[in-house]
Amino acid sequence: MALWHIENAGPEALILRFGERMDPQLLPVIRAATERLAALKEPAPGGDKPPAIRDLVPSYSTLLVCYDPVLNDFRSLSGQIRQCLRGLEQDLSDNRGGGRLVEIPVWYHPQVGPDLERVARHHGLSVEEVIRRHSQRDYPVYAIGFAPGFAYLGNLDPTLATPRLDSPRQTVPAGSVALAEQQTAVYPIATPGGWNLLGRTPMTLFDPDLEGLCPLSPGDTVRFVPISREQFLKAGGVEE
Amino acid sequence: MNDSDTGFEVLEPGPLTLVQDLGRFGYQHLGLSPGGAADEHAFLWGNRLLGNHPKCPALEVTLGGLVLRAHKTTQIALTGADLQARLNGEPLSHWHSHRIEAGDRLELGYPASGVRGYLAVMGGFQFPPVLGSVATVMREKMGGPDGQGRPVEAGDCLPCPTPTARQYDRRLMGVLSRFIPDYRQPLTLGLVAGQQHDHFRGRDLARFHNSDYRLSNRSDRMGIRLEGEPLKPEPAGILSEGIPFGAVQVPPDGQPIVLLKDRQTIGGYPKLGTLCPLHAFALSQRQPQSTVRFRPMTLDEAQGRLRRFYRFFGV
Repeated sequence: MALWHIENAGPEALILRFGERMDPQLLPVIRAATERLAALKEPAPGGDKPPAIRDLVPSYSTLLVCYDPVLNDFRSLSGQIRQCLRGLEQDLSDNRGGGRLVEIPVWYHPQVGPDLERVARHHGLSVEEVIRRHSQRDYPVYAIGFAPGFAYLGNLDPTLATPRLDSPRQTVPAGSVALAEQQTAVYPIATPGGWNLLGRTPMTLFDPDLEGLCPLSPGDTVRFVPISREQFLKAGGVEE
Repeated sequence: MNDSDTGFEVLEPGPLTLVQDLGRFGYQHLGLSPGGAADEHAFLWGNRLLGNHPKCPALEVTLGGLVLRAHKTTQIALTGADLQARLNGEPLSHWHSHRIEAGDRLELGYPASGVRGYLAVMGGFQFPPVLGSVATVMREKMGGPDGQGRPVEAGDCLPCPTPTARQYDRRLMGVLSRFIPDYRQPLTLGLVAGQQHDHFRGRDLARFHNSDYRLSNRSDRMGIRLEGEPLKPEPAGILSEGIPFGAVQVPPDGQPIVLLKDRQTIGGYPKLGTLCPLHAFALSQRQPQSTVRFRPMTLDEAQGRLRRFYRFFGV
């Protein structure tokens, strides 16, 4: 059985579908496909011939491939992609996973997590218990989007699932660690946002001057590590 | 003084003037929108009139109001929305290139038609690219005059290269009238069906293709919201997936949104398909309350049109 199929997504993109449901089993498959197709995103060595693929956008159960319609049409690129992904199953059984474990230190405190106490009350838990339940799980990265470097992490302990705010905040500070419904995330840059804020990390999650720009990619695993205010400040964290 | 530091001084920036090129590709997997000129048709004509490379940065002047003082002798071209430009008080022809002397005052008024005017300069405006592009995406704090996504402001210096005598003497050129679009004309948008097209029932699709939609006032570079016959996709939400330029998505209120250059990279609303990008460019020049219709377009037709367009402009 094929792991995936190709559909058109307009004249400049096509989309590979690997499934229809949120499923951590799909992440290594999509990651492996993205890594293989990345070869078509690089300019051909030596020449200034532009690359066949402009962008590869993995997400939950799909991989969007954006291409230059002058250099490719849907049929020829679909053929190239099928060829490039031949034997993908084998890669996966040889090297299951491939994602990295990334530890994100978090100072959980009402001063930087203004919704921490409300989330605790909402579930009839103590603040300490919310912190314990949030930080004891490993979360796969399902997708990056919404804002530069914003990683969608799932799934939360179901006893922590909390609706979004009725009205989003005008500005959520960079580094805010947040949850909404079944998912959790870190805001990499200051943006408006409606998720519940539990704390803040001193770690940089998006920086255009940083090599790699963003430490996370889909298929990685995130673990939140509680730290004290002193550790937060020492690591360069900003309280305001 | 370093010659490359001079160009145009901004006396008044207007409501929204942005530095744009053809966009920032290769970073959508990190959540960065490509950005770039909302209307590539007008943008590319500006560069072509001046003999520029098609990717040379230009100014996208939304709703006019820009006033500049030239500190350099060069050529410019004006395309897109008709902003009734004046040079030292004298009207300038639109969709045309012009010679500019140091000391000249260039004034752009408010659009008689269209939304976004483009001001291109010989050799392009020169700003350090961020991740390969100067395209301004304000929400992401990327690109623009400061590299941090801000629009053009009063007091900015917009540097441009000094043309050689031969460049400066280049014959002034205009776009043939049959290639100049009238942004007040009714617009029919070609839609390539795809993605969640089968989440929409036949009755909804018939209604969608047979009725007028009006452009909402709540439209911007991220997307154009349309108002008309509501559609009811089933199911109403999907797992978030990558969004191509021109995708037509339908949120729970049933009113379609066409996603443009500053769109989010992934999203979870069902999509009817994707517009032919040439029609998405034309759509971004329609003023609020204009009406548009949709018609089905095959993938082959859309790719053929787009290929001819980019080949014509040498992209």
